[in-house]
Order: sequence, then structure tokens, then C-alpha cells
Amino acid sequence: MAKKIPQINASSMADISFLLLIFFLVTTSMDVNQGLARRLPAPIPPDQKVEDKDINKRNLLVVKINSANQLMVQGQLMDVKQLREKAKEFIKNENNADYYPKLVEEDFGAPFGMIKYTKDHVISVQNDVDTQYQAYLDVQNELVAAYNELREECAQKYFHKAYKELEDDQQKQIQKIYPQKISEAEPKNYGN
Amino acid sequence: MKEVTYKVSIHNPQATELTKLEKKSLVRYIYVGVPTADFVKTYGSDTRIQLDDAFAEAKEIGDFIINERSSMKESEQPLMTVSIKADKDTRMGVIADIKQELRRAYALKISYAATQRSN
Repeated sequence: MAKKIPQINASSMADISFLLLIFFLVTTSMDVNQGLARRLPAPIPPDQKVEDKDINKRNLLVVKINSANQLMVQGQLMDVKQLREKAKEFIKNENNADYYPKLVEEDFGAPFGMIKYTKDHVISVQNDVDTQYQAYLDVQNELVAAYNELREECAQKYFHKAYKELEDDQQKQIQKIYPQKISEAEPKNYGN
Repeated sequence: MKEVTYKVSIHNPQATELTKLEKKSLVRYIYVGVPTADFVKTYGSDTRIQLDDAFAEAKEIGDFIINERSSMKESEQPLMTVSIKADKDTRMGVIADIKQELRRAYALKISYAATQRSN
């Protein structure tokens, strides 16, 4: 005589699977909002004259993008791909070159101690009215990447950890050594 | 799942150094692009700005920001982020106008929406 196989009551399976389906439908958010985060300078009060801040020439890295999306860095034509290295060289100024920003020595506290850094460097991005948005973002992206790489190097050197894994105040310390200084001028026409 | 119906067509630009916008309630969007096929007839094929559901001029951004900000909790108001979702072929002149308006409205935290470049 054949043995009877006991049956499992599966009538609630459908309900459970529907519940699961609805749960995941509700909780997943598909649209991930990502972007290049930047901070705009505060507006100039209307009664105040626009004064040209006197920035020492060696502290300034001028990046110009023309209407054909070509890049000019310190008066030289350059490819976007080279910009990151150039920016890093400029921000670090390891060899204390006199055409790169002035090094200032300052005490950043443990574990940094006295560090020489280019305190007053400014990267100035100037674009044409007809510059393509993507070209502008490429430049911004490379500059942010340069800062991110420098901060990463610093985190590895002093904390032997990735920058992302550091505590908030440790990140702030590093941000002080490599402050993001990207200034944007009002758009002008730079030839065609 | 998008916030509004797009009236402008937007092809996201690409970048690598992206940060995620954490709290959606703190983010407001400005869309920039060429009107979609349905609207080309009435609005032309020039780059336009879209705020919420409607086309707008750059001048209206200030009021829009102030309105949106006042509808937020007071403690969250300084954390407001404006995400600029612009088409990658937009001319910088339009973007510059928007940036000036945002500065004037003290909406200084911005984010240029982009998708991750794969390389």
C-alpha cells in the first residue's frame, strides 16, 4: 500500500507573496539623486561696489573655457584630462616653486603637527556664455576630483584610512589643509 | 518615479565626483532644457526653465525659492539644497543667469545633477 504524503497548507502563500511584493514596491526608491555639490558665493549688496580683491598672481590658477569648449589654463591650451594633475600640482606646490602659490606653515594639531600648505590659493573658473554645460561640468568635476584625491592622500598618510571612513572632525581637519577654493567670475565673452 | 512631469527634455550630463542628495524634503529642483515635442509649437525650441509644473523665466526663480523656503520648517530652511537638472547641451549663459538668481535669493547650496560616468 502506498504511503500517503502529508500535504502542506499553502493557501496563505499568495497573501504573503502579495504583501512582500507591495512592501518592496513601496520601499524602493528608483530615482537616485546624484550631483556635483557646490556652494555659491553670497550675493553682493547692491549698494556695495564690486571691488577687485587683490590676489597675488602666483596664488591664482586661471581656467578659462571658451565657446568652443576649449580649455586655457594659465594662458596655455590644455586638455580636460590634464587639468586634474595640474590642479593638484598647483594646490600642493611640493617643490616650493615661485610660480605656484605661497606656502604657509601652520600648526594643525595632532596628528598633523606643523604643515606647509598653500593657504591663499584660488582656482578661478571663467566660462563663456556659449560654453556647453557638459564642458563646464567636466572642468568642475576635475577640480573637485583634484581636491578629493589630495584629501584622500592626506587621510592615508596621517590616519591610514580612507577619507570616507574618518570621523567628522578628522575630515574637517583635512578640509582645513585642503580647502576648496574655486571661484567663478561672471561670464564674459572671450573671443570666438 | 520622478518629482514632476518634465516639460523640457533633459539628457543628464556625466561626472565622476558625485554626492548623493540625502534628504529629499530638503531638495528643490530647477529643470533646464529644450521644450519637449508637445510644447515646441507653443514655446519654441529655445532652452527654457521649468519650475515645478510650469515654464518660467529666470527672474521668477527668486520668488520660487522664497516661497519654497517659507514652506519648510524653520530649522531646515538653511539646509535647503537646489538641484539644477540641466540638459548637457545647455549654454552656460542660461546656467549663469540661474546661478545669479539663486545667489540673490540666498540659495547657496546647489548641486549640479549628473549621472555617474562609467570608466
